[in-house]
Amino acid sequence: MAGTTATSYTDKVLVSGEVAEFSPAVIDEMKAHVAKYPADRSRSALIPLLFVVQRERGGWLDNPGINFLAQFLNLEVTDVWETATFYSMFNLRPVGRHHIQICKTLSCKIMGEPEITDHICTKLGIHPGETTEDGKYTVTMVECLGSCGTAPMMQIGFDYHEDLTVEKVDKILADCK
Amino acid sequence: MEIKALGCEPLSLRRVFIKDGHTLDVYKKDGGYKSLEKALGMTQDAIIQEVKDSALRGRGGAGFPTGMKWSFVPRDSPKQKYIVCNADESEPGSFKDRYLMEYDPHALIEGMIIAGYTLGSNTGYVYGRGEYRYLLDIMDVAINEARAAGLLGKNILGSGLDFDLHTHTGAGAYICGEETALLSSLEGYRGHPRMKPPFPAIEGLYASPTIVNNVETLTSIPQIINMGGIAWRDLGTEKSGGTKLWSISGHVKKPGVYELPMGYADMEKFIHEDCGGMLRDGKKLKAVIPGGSSVYIMNAGQILGQNVTLDYEGLVAAGSMLGTGGMMVMDETVDIMETTKNLTEFYKHESCGWCTPCREGTDWLVKIFNRISIGEGRPEDAQLMLDICDNIEGKSFCPLGDAAAWPIQSAIKQFPGDFKKWLVDNTSANGVSPNV
Repeated sequence: MAGTTATSYTDKVLVSGEVAEFSPAVIDEMKAHVAKYPADRSRSALIPLLFVVQRERGGWLDNPGINFLAQFLNLEVTDVWETATFYSMFNLRPVGRHHIQICKTLSCKIMGEPEITDHICTKLGIHPGETTEDGKYTVTMVECLGSCGTAPMMQIGFDYHEDLTVEKVDKILADCK
Repeated sequence: MEIKALGCEPLSLRRVFIKDGHTLDVYKKDGGYKSLEKALGMTQDAIIQEVKDSALRGRGGAGFPTGMKWSFVPRDSPKQKYIVCNADESEPGSFKDRYLMEYDPHALIEGMIIAGYTLGSNTGYVYGRGEYRYLLDIMDVAINEARAAGLLGKNILGSGLDFDLHTHTGAGAYICGEETALLSSLEGYRGHPRMKPPFPAIEGLYASPTIVNNVETLTSIPQIINMGGIAWRDLGTEKSGGTKLWSISGHVKKPGVYELPMGYADMEKFIHEDCGGMLRDGKKLKAVIPGGSSVYIMNAGQILGQNVTLDYEGLVAAGSMLGTGGMMVMDETVDIMETTKNLTEFYKHESCGWCTPCREGTDWLVKIFNRISIGEGRPEDAQLMLDICDNIEGKSFCPLGDAAAWPIQSAIKQFPGDFKKWLVDNTSANGVSPNV
């Protein structure tokens, strides 16, 4: 049966009808986003709200979080997935507490990105796209983050780390708690 | 990294050099919001004329005349109108808008209010790329300051003008820098471009008249109102008005953001003197991509001794384009097959998938590059890639397809030797056998 070859990810998406719950403070934060747009255009708040849900659900978009947004914005679940799956900053599977995103585009590439990537991956014992076993770090290769004059660079979570050297990377990783 | 003005007083970069210039108090003491007061005493037609006189062209890459774009908005339409700032700076090599928002957020707000007054809009959005979260936080602080001071909201400065402004985050998609894709994203959809016409000026956000302008374009508006359009234009050349921010990266000693008057002479002096010359002494200049990754790559022979002026016309005459002014400099250690592969991977990743030529074309191009890079290049690959580019260029739904084709077409044309080594000799440009 095809079900045996489906990815566990797909299985989860299809079967879970669970709806996530959020604290009143988070709901207020979401309402503040919705208030930026005309009353009949609340779908405009979808991307900002996906970020809120991702933050609140442990760094990735799980099915209960998506189901919540569909209810909250009066959309179909598929509408929410349609948007969520387009954008590279939305994580569709769990990531480490520290999501290391290394820029691999041209200026970073010629200014030392390969050495930085090798160093980080060797140190953490993972390849790009993987998460350490303790769930602390994920390394992802990303495209240009607009930091070409201070290449090479990486973003951890939302924080920019620029003009990277191997020594600087060691210090940054040591500061990740 | 350097941030400075050359050949002119810092204008767009002015507040970088003023302590706390990002705060409302300091901005106002430095003459901030005086342009708004002046604009509120002018007719809308007069403002549009000043912007036309300034010869300001869109600073986001396309270079469309801003005054003309504004004049397309049907100001008498009963529909709501929107002012949208494109702060989705994602073009590889470009990082200027970051510093404008960080150091001078009120100039952007002032420019957007003036645009709102001119075009009859009372709502604006700053669409920032998702990775620029810290800049959207800075913009939010500045917007709240302006709102508390009566510069945003109802009856601004007692003029009867209502205008409010909000930030909106993207979430990682280069395509959303294309204005119609940006609007799809701002409406909560996938970032797919839309058919033009209708242009956003007629049917944009929520099918209402909408102006989408780049950060640097909008921060130029208060300068133009303050100085007058002609005086602003005369800082540059007749056809390329004003000053321009250039983002310089790669193999130079002093990368950074430089403000230059349009028509600055010349490109060789700029790289070899102003930017400190080549990063590694003794290494020669090999290639420059002058306007962000989407423009034609230039070889050293197109620059050295050629008196290339840094403006729209000068770079076209030299065989490339100004684009966003994101200049990537490469020395002789770089292999142009590899850099072109890198950019093609970028376009494949960022293709939105909406139209076939771009989605399939960029994918096939990367497959060919991957094969070449493991030492299995074939002499006919150059023509094969050019054929694929020909099937993308001008045949894709939006300019991303052209942007994917141009780097390859120009790289094969300007650096045939680098490709010959991989396709015929099966060694890299550095003489290293790729099979090792």
